[in-house]
Amino acid sequence: MKQAIALEVNGDTYEVLVSPNQTLLEVLREKLGLTGTKKGCDLGACGACTVLLDGAAYLSCLMLAVDAVGKKIVTIEGLSQGGELHPLQKSFVELGGLQCGFCTPGIIMTAKAVLDEEPQPTEESLKKKMAGNLCRCTGYKKVLDSIMGATARMGGER
Amino acid sequence: MGEVRRHKRHSEGALHIGASTPRADAYAKVTGAEKFAADYYSSDMVWAGVKRGAAPHGVIKGIFTDEACKAPGVIAVLTHRDIRGSNRQGVVRKDQPVLADKKVRHCGDAVALVLAEDRETLLRALDLIRLDLEALPGVFDVEEALKDGAPLVHEDNAGGNTLLEAHIQTGDGLTAFERCDEVIEGRFETPWQEHAYLETEVGWAQQQNDGKVVIVASTQTPFRDRAEVAEAIGLDLEQVRVIAPYTGGAFGGKDGITVQTLLALAALHSNGRPVKMWWEREESFIAGTKRHPTRLYYRLGAKGDGVLHALAARLYFDTGPYDHLGGVVMTLALEHAGGAYRIPHALLDAWCVYTNNPIGGAFRAFGVTQVTAAMEQMMDMLAARLDMDPLELRLKNALTRGEKTCVGVTLTGSTGLVECLERVERHPLRTERYAWKAAAGPFKRRGVGIAALMHAAGYGTVVPDYANAKIELTPEGKIRIYCGVVDMGQGNASANAQIAGSILNQNMDSMELVLPDTDRTLPSGSASASRCTYTFGNALIGAAEILKNRILQKAADLLMAPSTDDLTLAPGKVVNRATGAQIPLSRLGRLMAESERTAISHFRAPVAKDRLDVTDELRLHGLGHAVISYGAHLAAVEVDEITGAVEVVSYLSATDCGRALNPQIYEQQIHGGICQGLGFALFEDFRVEQGTVKSPDLATYIIPTAPDTPNMESLPVELHEPTGPFGLKGVGEIATNGPAPAVANALADACGIRMFRLPMTPERVLLALRGRETR
Ligand code: FES
Ligand code: FES
Repeated sequence: MKQAIALEVNGDTYEVLVSPNQTLLEVLREKLGLTGTKKGCDLGACGACTVLLDGAAYLSCLMLAVDAVGKKIVTIEGLSQGGELHPLQKSFVELGGLQCGFCTPGIIMTAKAVLDEEPQPTEESLKKKMAGNLCRCTGYKKVLDSIMGATARMGGER
Repeated sequence: MGEVRRHKRHSEGALHIGASTPRADAYAKVTGAEKFAADYYSSDMVWAGVKRGAAPHGVIKGIFTDEACKAPGVIAVLTHRDIRGSNRQGVVRKDQPVLADKKVRHCGDAVALVLAEDRETLLRALDLIRLDLEALPGVFDVEEALKDGAPLVHEDNAGGNTLLEAHIQTGDGLTAFERCDEVIEGRFETPWQEHAYLETEVGWAQQQNDGKVVIVASTQTPFRDRAEVAEAIGLDLEQVRVIAPYTGGAFGGKDGITVQTLLALAALHSNGRPVKMWWEREESFIAGTKRHPTRLYYRLGAKGDGVLHALAARLYFDTGPYDHLGGVVMTLALEHAGGAYRIPHALLDAWCVYTNNPIGGAFRAFGVTQVTAAMEQMMDMLAARLDMDPLELRLKNALTRGEKTCVGVTLTGSTGLVECLERVERHPLRTERYAWKAAAGPFKRRGVGIAALMHAAGYGTVVPDYANAKIELTPEGKIRIYCGVVDMGQGNASANAQIAGSILNQNMDSMELVLPDTDRTLPSGSASASRCTYTFGNALIGAAEILKNRILQKAADLLMAPSTDDLTLAPGKVVNRATGAQIPLSRLGRLMAESERTAISHFRAPVAKDRLDVTDELRLHGLGHAVISYGAHLAAVEVDEITGAVEVVSYLSATDCGRALNPQIYEQQIHGGICQGLGFALFEDFRVEQGTVKSPDLATYIIPTAPDTPNMESLPVELHEPTGPFGLKGVGEIATNGPAPAVANALADACGIRMFRLPMTPERVLLALRGRETR
């Protein structure tokens, strides 16, 4: 049976009718039209579906929409403020941290959570923390360079 | 649908060649705004999916769909009986049914197509379909498949299980081995490689009121798809429109039909409602194409001073049950089998073979990856036998411009292998290798390995390799490029903006891109074969030059200038340098007729001129290329003697890329190719047992992750290619060829073991270290 829930996504509250077994990923993409969050496996193996829940990175394909009620959800669409790109986004644009771009929203959301926790990571630590996000195009070098580049831009502010 | 991509930028200056301009697609991709094929939804949309045979080989006795049809929420269940066209698809040979009719020939064969209100209903309905299959013995090994009495995959194929075979002899062939001082032999096996693009096969389609079927698909080949779809399901060409957004990765796996025909068929039975199909990851792994597995027998002979003299090779390619692009892949491999070396005598034999395994198809570097893995290990084995430095051996035999490859193709374009080898030779990774190796910790061994590469671009001698570029000054004063070749992530759309922008002296804000769309852009071939920017870029230069002249002429008329000599284009305007008078492009755009402000140009790529002594069939499959990129790679690895794990610590590449139009995009291509090559070399173990895929997901099929990435350095060696746009040569594929042999050679350098089978997993390395067979 479907149930009505309220989800807070990118600062807006959405009332949606969902099935209890519907994933947050499916609801974001298909009910809210927030297709920036991608699906690469639906099984928790690729990281393309990463979103932030109360600031922490979650795989939205492994989370039921009903379990996201009451949390502050941020998707890639909510990262830039008033048309102004987030420093991470700017850095990915300038340093070429993307090619096909299908992994990019998930990677940027993971990177956001990582930097919020550890603003100046070492390259090694960053690599480990990004291990759950697959990218088939870039070979990761420019992805990592972009994240490192953003740490400089961000200074203290995030 | 079919929207125009506009660009937000922070830089003001006009675009120019050679600058690392941020990619035109980057903004929309980092904000999540870019709409991929996967992102097309509509409110009254129907979900379509396929029932697959799930058996490697069998006769279809019955397909029972009644129960599924009756299930609530099911709109239609279709089988081959519902197809009015040929029900066959394939790029070269049309041997693959859209929906299987008589037999299933591999586990991924589609047997029935279901349309349902939602995905849950769809999955339930697929379960309700029953198949009556009479199992047939299967054939799963290339050499077994060629034996008399082997089960036949296609009973009506004249060559039995041989799809295509080729034999090339140059010089004295085998007899030349009698004159060699050293002869090395090797038998190599390379596995399937799964593309594992993040966006699995996906599309959206709808039949319009006028009967036309519009398909938005993640594809590399919209124009070819249109023809294939039309023929397979019995529509006229004009009744099919294919739109190709940026793909979420493709790498050859979307070079041809995946969901397109099925979607179009579904759209004919959905009462005008839009239809979406999106393969699950497992489905993509089972039904999608892969890099062909190969078995390669090599024999290489040389004189005592290291001068190569003779090569014999037998190459077997497993194409699975369908051609797809198997014959073409095999032929390109054959052309590259002896590498970029002077080898006067050769006998090369190759077979592309039908089996009941997964379908082999295009995968970045298209067969060359496999033969390079073998040939470049042979070179190191020879160097070891001769006690020569592997790099010196390569330099000694490296081809230069004007010489012939071992299949007889003359290198007429820029030929930079020597320069690439010399770049690598001077690099600290090589000059300081002894000290680095000696510094290995306990239970670690270190080695440095090399690979020399060549990779030809384009379709070869017979199939016309052309592009048609269209460019427009819009009434708003923007420059709109109608891109004929798909951008699957490699950045060619952005390169188009940079090319046209530099000629017209405009900045990125002024550029608009229309992505490939069979109704709006012009046929320009596939996004493949390292040809995208080379071929389309050349056509675009022509179109942009025409438009530039027209704009300047119109401006001269309006400014009453005696000629265009004093006029110059500046961002957003034309300026008269003599008088200072200006006229905005928006004004010109409004005042010029559409025919005046639109320009079209055609380019056809040059082909090899040699008259090779080979069959027409082989020429048709592409033998003989004119534009070739070169490279030299160096891998520094550390081997853990206890676990067998191989860590690639540093990776250096030097690539003869002609001119790098955008160094950042150049590096992206090289990095990506290296990383996929490292996956192929070390981790990616696509396991298939008796035709059944045993590594059906990203948890069992391991692709490289961030921690696996070595420190990569990608030096461009910019030798001007006279036929290229601004001197460019394509580099989309070449880098993929280096890692397997470079890492294998590094492993041999580190511990004296030779890996004849990929991937070099810790288990295999450990067995080799203990001196055991690693088959
Ligand atoms: S889609 Fe969620 S991890 Fe892959
Ligand atoms: S950019 Fe294509 S998967 Fe990462």
